[in-house]
Amino acid sequence: MDAIILQILNGLDKGSAYALIALGLTLIFGTLGVVNFAHGAIFMLGAFTAVTLDRLLNMSFVTIDPTRTNFLGQPLEVKTPYIVSWFGDSIGNGIIDWAVPLSILFSIPIMLFIGYAMERGIIKHFYHRPHADQILVTFGLAIVLQEIIKAFFGANPIPTPAPAAFRGSFDFGVWLGFPANAIIYPYWRMIYFLFSAIVISGVFAFLRFTTFGMVVRAGMADRETVGLLGIDIDKRFTIMFGIAAAVAGLAGVMYAPINSPNYHMGMDFLVLSFVVVVVGGMGSLPGAVLAGFLLGVLESFASMNEIKSILPGIDQIIIYLIAIIILLTRPRGLMGRKGVMED
Amino acid sequence: MSKLILTRRGLLKTGAVAGAGLAMPTVFASGAAAYTNEPKGGTVTLGFNVPQSGPYADEGADELRAYKLAVEHLNGEGDGGMLNTFSSKALKGNGILGKKVTYVTGDTQTKSDAARASAKSMIEKDGAVMITGGSSSGVAIAVQGLCQDAGVIFMAGLTHSNDTTGKDKKANGFRHFFNAYMSAAALAPVLANAYGKDRKFYMLTADYTWGWTQAASMKAFLEGAGWTMVKDVRTPLATTDFSSYIAPVMNSGADVLILNHYGGNMVNSLTNAVNFGLRDKMVNGKQFEIVVPLYSRLMAKGAGENVKGILGSTNWHWSLQDEGTKAFVKSFGTKYGFPPSQAAHTVYCQTLLYADACERAGTFNPCGVAEALEGFEFDGLGNGKTLYRADDHQCFKDVLVVRGKEKPTSEFDLLEVVEKTPVEKVRYEPDNPFFKGGSLGKCNPGA
Repeated sequence: MDAIILQILNGLDKGSAYALIALGLTLIFGTLGVVNFAHGAIFMLGAFTAVTLDRLLNMSFVTIDPTRTNFLGQPLEVKTPYIVSWFGDSIGNGIIDWAVPLSILFSIPIMLFIGYAMERGIIKHFYHRPHADQILVTFGLAIVLQEIIKAFFGANPIPTPAPAAFRGSFDFGVWLGFPANAIIYPYWRMIYFLFSAIVISGVFAFLRFTTFGMVVRAGMADRETVGLLGIDIDKRFTIMFGIAAAVAGLAGVMYAPINSPNYHMGMDFLVLSFVVVVVGGMGSLPGAVLAGFLLGVLESFASMNEIKSILPGIDQIIIYLIAIIILLTRPRGLMGRKGVMED
Repeated sequence: MSKLILTRRGLLKTGAVAGAGLAMPTVFASGAAAYTNEPKGGTVTLGFNVPQSGPYADEGADELRAYKLAVEHLNGEGDGGMLNTFSSKALKGNGILGKKVTYVTGDTQTKSDAARASAKSMIEKDGAVMITGGSSSGVAIAVQGLCQDAGVIFMAGLTHSNDTTGKDKKANGFRHFFNAYMSAAALAPVLANAYGKDRKFYMLTADYTWGWTQAASMKAFLEGAGWTMVKDVRTPLATTDFSSYIAPVMNSGADVLILNHYGGNMVNSLTNAVNFGLRDKMVNGKQFEIVVPLYSRLMAKGAGENVKGILGSTNWHWSLQDEGTKAFVKSFGTKYGFPPSQAAHTVYCQTLLYADACERAGTFNPCGVAEALEGFEFDGLGNGKTLYRADDHQCFKDVLVVRGKEKPTSEFDLLEVVEKTPVEKVRYEPDNPFFKGGSLGKCNPGA
């Protein structure tokens, strides 16, 4: 039982990333009708805003320590971050330690801008082109973004740890009445799950309870009519693109301590996120979230030794297998709407 | 006035004929040369086939730096590096056999098909007389096979699978790097000594040639040391989040986790395992431990603080204090500003060893070079006394057992050498079950 709860937790945590990325993808598809293959790259850019802030906070001046030597036997260059020299050891290092949570604030305007610039600069020219063209241009864009990041940060993963207070793990099982050490779970993964729940609720609340959101939802349902009412729906959709980018970016920022960011991390999530969108139903926001968590949990269960001993290799195909079953039984996905991608 | 009439069908036919002609491999066609790409002018071209894109691009870049340094040293430029400490004195710093060394590079992308295509192109289009490099066993085995067919020497780069000089060995292929069997042979006694003889281990293994041979070797040696295996779980190479594979470890009864992962896989699985608190756990009344059989300092950096205290093995480390290592680190560090990785070291050695064999053989003919390398004993290249065994073209030398350093003094100072396992302890017979099957075959000079 404890093993099952642990895999559910793992699945929810994996599903959080899928759900956040798929939510952004669906927002873009639902509003602008664009199949955005660069969305994984946006997730990756988000993680790299955390890396960038970490680097900025670690910007240092160099002093020579003649008492120690470097690997060539020359006097050692000691780097001291400016922030430490300005604010002292404890505050300076404390700020550096909190680089990832601080990146949340840092990344929102950056990701909004990147999303806005992407839509205005490139994507808007492809609204009336076939989906194949949109896929090609956004996929190309993803490769360009990846290579830019690789040129700046290299190909190796870059460690971006969580604040010291949230490193390590805690005994989740004790809370549920299990014996000690039965269910140990990392703090940060739990935070990731809670964070994604907050972001997802925020997006839904924004669309549900604000006038802006209402107009966007109306536009998603019938763009032409909303336009005829004299509302500049295009402008709102551009902002939605920015919001979708910020959501994926935030997913990336918070993911950085889970796995050290590297330039191709977006591609690892992209294909799965598309499966999530399709399983959830094209254009359905709740569907994307539901499918994200569902596939995350199923993927985790498929990695269990008990399951693998019955069906070897199931962990590699489970997501696609489920996608096939759902699409065969419900061709529009779990919560797909009639008429989307059907004309 | 005549008019050129171009029909679609005609164009296709002409294109097909021309394409077939162009695509015909010149390498396999017989010619006047005694062997493939016999250098005719004043230069000789070497082909450096390294990952320049993809997840191993940084390791490939480090290999390329070392190759450039080796070429400089062979041509008599720079400070000469390990040419000064190399026990063989055949190389004079005037190129190879009096010919200036030039090179071409290819991008393996750490994909077998891309690596074969780039090696083929360097052989056929650029006239490379030797191919070297790489950062993966899958790639090494693929390129080694191609070089055997094409009639050029392959000096493998970073490849650690037993199969490279085991069931997939080839007469034209040579490996300086150590292998999975040697890692396990060196690690098992150290682990038994450090963690006790009564341990239960669980393995997560990358699902490809290197992972399989690493897991099999670790299992054999650890069981030999009295440990018991709980489970060996294969993880897909594309896995990025290992949490669902780590979770079952926790309640499996195992008290040691062996991560048969390399590169990005290793960074992620180790980070995940540490985050799940495995290292803080007490199981069976013992402290839970994690082991990474094959360390790469370059990639270990990605795991940050998580490598601290973790045992593993490595082919070479820049902190060694022998004359060869000091000369190489000085040469590399002065030129590039940081110490070389083990990948850089092995490819530098391979280039020197190839050049030296050509000098001693007096020819670039792969069969002559192979003969000169077979059974060649040398020293002064950073690993102590080393033998290039004739039976399987594998180098035999001491193996380093290392541990992630608790208090690093710099960003390069991540590992400390715990023990230098003497070569006698890791040596095996050519017919050892881990290496059986396949045969070297005959050397192929091509042409």
